[in-house]
Amino acid sequence: MSEFKVRTMATLAAAGEEAEILFWVGCAGSFDERAQKITKAVAKILHAANLQFAILGTEEACTGDPAKRAGNEFLFQMMAMQNIETLNAYGIKKIVTACPHCFNTLKNEYPALGGNYEVLHHTTLINQLLNEGKIAIKGGAFKGQRITYHDSCYLGRANNIYEAPREIIEKLDAALVEMKRSKANGLCCGAGGAQMFKEAEEGSKEVNIERADDILESNSNVVASACPFCMTMLRDGVKHHNKEAEIDVKDLAELVANAMDL
Amino acid sequence: MPKILFGSNQLLNIVLQEKHMISSIVFLILTGVASYFFAKNLSKIRRNILLGKDIDLSDNKPLRFKTMLGVAFGQSKMKARPVPFVLHFIVYAGFILINIEVLEILIDGIFGTHRVLSVFGPIYNLAIGFFEILAFAVLVSCILFLFRRYIVKIARFQSPELKGFASRDAATILFVEIVLMGALLKMNAADQILQLRGVEHYIKAGSFPISSWLVVPFYNWLNMSDASLIFLERIAWWFHIIGIFLFMNYLPFSKHFHIIMAFPNTWYSNLKAKGELNNMASVTQEVKLMLDPSAQTPEGYQPPTSFGVKDVTDLTWKNLMDAYTCTECGRCTSVCPQNQTGKTLSPRKIMMDTRDRLEEVGKNIDANKGTFVDDNKNLHSYISEAELWACNTCNACVEACPVNINPMEIIVEMRRYKVMEQSAAPAAINNMFSNMENNQAPWQFSPMDRANWTQED
Repeated sequence: MSEFKVRTMATLAAAGEEAEILFWVGCAGSFDERAQKITKAVAKILHAANLQFAILGTEEACTGDPAKRAGNEFLFQMMAMQNIETLNAYGIKKIVTACPHCFNTLKNEYPALGGNYEVLHHTTLINQLLNEGKIAIKGGAFKGQRITYHDSCYLGRANNIYEAPREIIEKLDAALVEMKRSKANGLCCGAGGAQMFKEAEEGSKEVNIERADDILESNSNVVASACPFCMTMLRDGVKHHNKEAEIDVKDLAELVANAMDL
Repeated sequence: MPKILFGSNQLLNIVLQEKHMISSIVFLILTGVASYFFAKNLSKIRRNILLGKDIDLSDNKPLRFKTMLGVAFGQSKMKARPVPFVLHFIVYAGFILINIEVLEILIDGIFGTHRVLSVFGPIYNLAIGFFEILAFAVLVSCILFLFRRYIVKIARFQSPELKGFASRDAATILFVEIVLMGALLKMNAADQILQLRGVEHYIKAGSFPISSWLVVPFYNWLNMSDASLIFLERIAWWFHIIGIFLFMNYLPFSKHFHIIMAFPNTWYSNLKAKGELNNMASVTQEVKLMLDPSAQTPEGYQPPTSFGVKDVTDLTWKNLMDAYTCTECGRCTSVCPQNQTGKTLSPRKIMMDTRDRLEEVGKNIDANKGTFVDDNKNLHSYISEAELWACNTCNACVEACPVNINPMEIIVEMRRYKVMEQSAAPAAINNMFSNMENNQAPWQFSPMDRANWTQED
């Protein structure tokens, strides 16, 4: 990041400073090449909003979500307790994350283990920042575009967040198109429940291809996602239909950063 | 009995009184027997449900009441599919309201009265008229339900788990409801002719907007005598009430048990965010000791003996209540991403298997004087690994269930058993676990590279 430096909690603490908010990057956002772009877009937006934020850097570890969903409660709690120790040591109060799985785990499953934080998903925070005028988007960048939004299961059904992502798309001056299965009826991308890390069971079709059918049917130019795992699955699905030239899969943070000229 | 057979009114009265007494006694015996078996089977189901592990769901009673009122009583989650919602609502309303008439049948049956509630006059007439319309609507709805299930063959009723008993069960219920509603209309038809003819005992009461045109012309055409009509009316009356007794006693063995269980099951709904999986307290203490060997164990600490769900008795009583509540409508399965793409996973089957296994465990306990004798089977004998490992934990099934059943929780608990007791996860999942242990990420990246993106543009 050449325009500004993303600082870690450790460096802030060493300088005797405090962060307003921790940006929990997550494993996909840290290592996956495509997801790193989402991470950078979020960092740029936070910076543009003049938020004093920091990351944990190498002190961050997986929240344990895929282990928990795959039935390994031991591993989950080990990861969770180590993370909670780190988070509590820095006195973290507020966390934003661009991964709905990290979001769900930090928000709902860490409190029972001693980790109590205000946890926001980036779409909620970005929508708030836009509403409060802390960041502004130029109208017109997406004028005439048809954007559909793919609900992440862990934002939507798991945590009832359906509106913030859609409000962002409306602010982009684009036409928000709903797929035939959306909101509470949204179809999973196929990644959740640790499926991301294994081959699918025997069947007639991959889930992400079934979802890509919905995307094609919606006749959109852009699919907005809000989860790095959905991003991978949807891109593969669109690619399967040879539609990657016509249909862009973008995270909402990328769309906003783009409209802000960041 | 028609008057002409007897010499005097006195004799007739004696005979009638005796007849009424006999039928009252028969009726009371039938009511007693039906209630006894129903109560017995209910208590068996209660016992089975309580074989589950304890879970505290006693909090937030106002919200629980509101959830039950909206979801069970108000059928709020049925609305997602408008056609079955309307048909089901008619049958549901019919069930609840026509039961008021059953109350009258009970009183008449016990005291030998006829249409005892007609003391309410115009309100009674209005109610009976309304019940007739409702009964007819229920009858039509049930025919349409049969049509949807067996002629149109709606996809969610074609799953492999519905073969055999489940399919017969559905057909039986719909058929019995049609027959019961038909008996009600036939009874009313005979009754109103007898009322018009001024036959003794048949006081003028009720209004019959349906049977008057649907059944009465048929009887008139047959030119029936008073005696035959009384016979028909009595037959239909007895048929209706015995039918209800039999139906009531079929419930505990049927998917139709949901008409009772929907209420407690929604009362005990999960009120937390759907994304939250329970925290295994048994693991927490172990992990604390693992991370800090010098940590003190609490006084009287017993290390856990097993993890996850091997058999139904490892599930919570709420999971088991879910199983008895399931009416096998298949909304869960029809929205499951894995089922829609041809995988074997079907959330409905998870619930049906849980109930089947629980029934088997219950029968085992009954047969062995109150203790379970190992039968070399468990819930995993019913649910395969391919089913367990297909789940996306996407909550679509949980969202779709009209009575707030949670099949996903059972799947995760069974995965816990596979992983923590048997180390029997798919190889790719085991890889993911070891990456998390060694690299703090599910992939094999160096943890030192985690913030490398900050150095790029």
